[in-house]
Amino acid sequence: MDAIVLQILNGLDKGSAYAMIALGLTLIFGTLGVVNFAHGALFMLGAFCAVAVNELLTMNRVVLSETETTAWGSALEIRTPYAEVWFGDLGTWLIEWSVPVSILIALPFMLLVGVAMERGLIRHFYKRPHADQILVTFGLAVVLQEIVKALFGANPIPQPAPDGLSGMADFGAVFGLESGQIVYPMWRLVYFLFAAAVIGSVFAFLRFTTFGMVVRAGMADRETVGLLGIDIDRRFTLMFGLAAAVAGLAGVMYTPILSPDYHLGMDFLVLSFVVVVVGGMGSLPGAVAAGFLLGILQSFASMNEVKSILPGIDQIIIYLVAVVILLTRPRGLLGRKGVMES
Amino acid sequence: MSKFEISRRRLLKTTAIAGAGLAAPTIWSRPAYAYTNEPTGSTVTLGFNVPQTGAYADEGADELRAYELAVEHINAGGGGMLDTFSSKALSGGGVNGKTVEFVTGDTQTKSDAARASAKRMIERDGAVMVTGGSSSGVAIAVQGLCQEMGVIFMAGLTHSNDTTGKDKKANGFRHFFNTEMSGAALGPILEQNYGSDRNAYHLTADYTWGWSQEQSMKTYTEAIGWNTVEAVRTPLGAGDFSQYITPVLNSGADTLILNHYGRDMVNSLTQAVQFGLKDRVVNGKDFVIVVPLYSRLMAQGAGEATKGIFGSTNWHWSLQDEGSQAFVKAFGQKYGFPPSQAAHTCYCQTILYADAAQRAGTFDPCGIVEALEDYEFDGLGNGPTLYRGADHQCFKPVLVVRGKENPTSQFDLLEVVDVTPTEQVMYAPDHPDFAGGELGECNPGA
Repeated sequence: MDAIVLQILNGLDKGSAYAMIALGLTLIFGTLGVVNFAHGALFMLGAFCAVAVNELLTMNRVVLSETETTAWGSALEIRTPYAEVWFGDLGTWLIEWSVPVSILIALPFMLLVGVAMERGLIRHFYKRPHADQILVTFGLAVVLQEIVKALFGANPIPQPAPDGLSGMADFGAVFGLESGQIVYPMWRLVYFLFAAAVIGSVFAFLRFTTFGMVVRAGMADRETVGLLGIDIDRRFTLMFGLAAAVAGLAGVMYTPILSPDYHLGMDFLVLSFVVVVVGGMGSLPGAVAAGFLLGILQSFASMNEVKSILPGIDQIIIYLVAVVILLTRPRGLLGRKGVMES
Repeated sequence: MSKFEISRRRLLKTTAIAGAGLAAPTIWSRPAYAYTNEPTGSTVTLGFNVPQTGAYADEGADELRAYELAVEHINAGGGGMLDTFSSKALSGGGVNGKTVEFVTGDTQTKSDAARASAKRMIERDGAVMVTGGSSSGVAIAVQGLCQEMGVIFMAGLTHSNDTTGKDKKANGFRHFFNTEMSGAALGPILEQNYGSDRNAYHLTADYTWGWSQEQSMKTYTEAIGWNTVEAVRTPLGAGDFSQYITPVLNSGADTLILNHYGRDMVNSLTQAVQFGLKDRVVNGKDFVIVVPLYSRLMAQGAGEATKGIFGSTNWHWSLQDEGSQAFVKAFGQKYGFPPSQAAHTCYCQTILYADAAQRAGTFDPCGIVEALEDYEFDGLGNGPTLYRGADHQCFKPVLVVRGKENPTSQFDLLEVVDVTPTEQVMYAPDHPDFAGGELGECNPGA
């Protein structure tokens, strides 16, 4: 029982990242009709916003020791972060909470990156075949990851969660179980709640604001909305920015779970596309539902009991489910008629 | 206006004649080489095949730094470990009267890319020796290619038993240790620190090195009385290991052995600590984690999670012997930080190759093989070492290290807790875990 609850939590956690990336992918596809293979790179860029903020906050004042030397004979460098030198305890707090703090930087930065990407590159490919869009966005993803590698190196860079949120949470006690029976890393629960809040906010934005209503109308019938005198292109550009910001925020908060390296985006990209296809191309609720569903299935398939019956199932489960769903429901779980169908 | 017409047949004929005419001088003037890429001018070319892209790019960059330093020492009057090396054949003025030059390739940590890169260095650039790499899969693939093409392969960082076991080749040599030696060195230390009544759970990277490491650790932990609860294979590059770590919580295991390296090790160790494994008490014992193969670069990636965790390593920059100190000094002065174990093994391999060529008086692979087989040396940071002729594996003491509780700098992450003597990690050439392959004959190519 405990094992099942833990695997559900693992699945929800993994699914949170899939759902946030897939949500952005679907937003872009639903509004602009573009298959964005650079979306994983946006997740990775978000993660490196956290790394950059941490590196800025931990920039050191270097004082050369007069008494100690290194193993190669030069004077030993004594390093103290400027943030601590200048701001004292506040500086220490900022360093410790650098991951949540970097959301403040990542949000506008990723919005800007999204808008720049759409205006500078993607819009030239709207009328081109999907294959061209895939090639150009994939190329862009490679360029972005090589830039990150040049700046930050190839090794994973650990980003610790704040002290208060890095321990274990007694999850079982919340449901009246014996204390310590089901414990789970607190940051992973924070990540799930954060993802729920972000996804809820995006849905609320689209559902309850005039801007969102226009965007939904544009997704349903772009031409008619245009004929009503609404500048739908400008709104869609902002939606690209929003999708980039969602991916970026997902990346920022994921850094304490998975130490980011330049290849992080590619690891998530393929799975997120499977999530979008399973959920149904163009369906936002479908993307979210499929994200959580595949995350949970992937976790269960990794259980030793399952693997002893079906060895290797953990490595193929997602693709197996995708095949079954596409055979039985070719438009995906919640796919709409006419999307990507000529 | 006249019209120039040419038939397809005539075009083909003309092209063939012109081609033969152009190629003729090179065919007739080509000298008969005694072996592949026999150097004829004043230089000799070595091929440094390291991961310049991909997950091990940082390790590859460190290997390349070490190679450049070794070439500098060989060509320009010595320095570093060349001065402490027991053989004094090299004088710091090149090898066999030739200046050493090098070309570099990118293995991408992919076997096919590594082979293509090595092939290019041999065929196009005339490399007489290929060296480098950060993966056993790559090392085995490139070693096979070098055997076929008749050049020497001096392996870089490769830890699987297979490199000098079932996939050993006469033209290939490994200075780095292997999983059998890691197990043999770690076993007694684990018993000493954690007792002989433990239940171990293995998480293993699902490829040649992972299988080899798991087998060795099982052998040596079971020999000290530990019980293996489960051994679970994880896909290479899994990223999030949470689904593999949570079953450990309810398995009754009190020890987790992570047979992972690189990104997998960084992620699985970090996440195991996140899941509170280090703070658990199972069967009345503190839960412990073991990482059989440690590297300082990986420890940097895992950060705080490495504290107090045991593992093994081929070499560490904090060693106080004369050779290690000379190497750290030369490397630190040139690059501003200490070398990794990958850099050390690559530096040693270059010096060992150059020395063998000098002693043999030739770059002929068969001459090199003869000079290196059963060769005993010292002064390269690991103490007295033997390059065994039977399998081309180096035998030397193995370091058992532990993640440092209070590091004084970003490089000071591991502390050496034991130097396991060579006799304890030595095994017979016909050891069952190394069976299945033949060394064969050296191939000079040409």
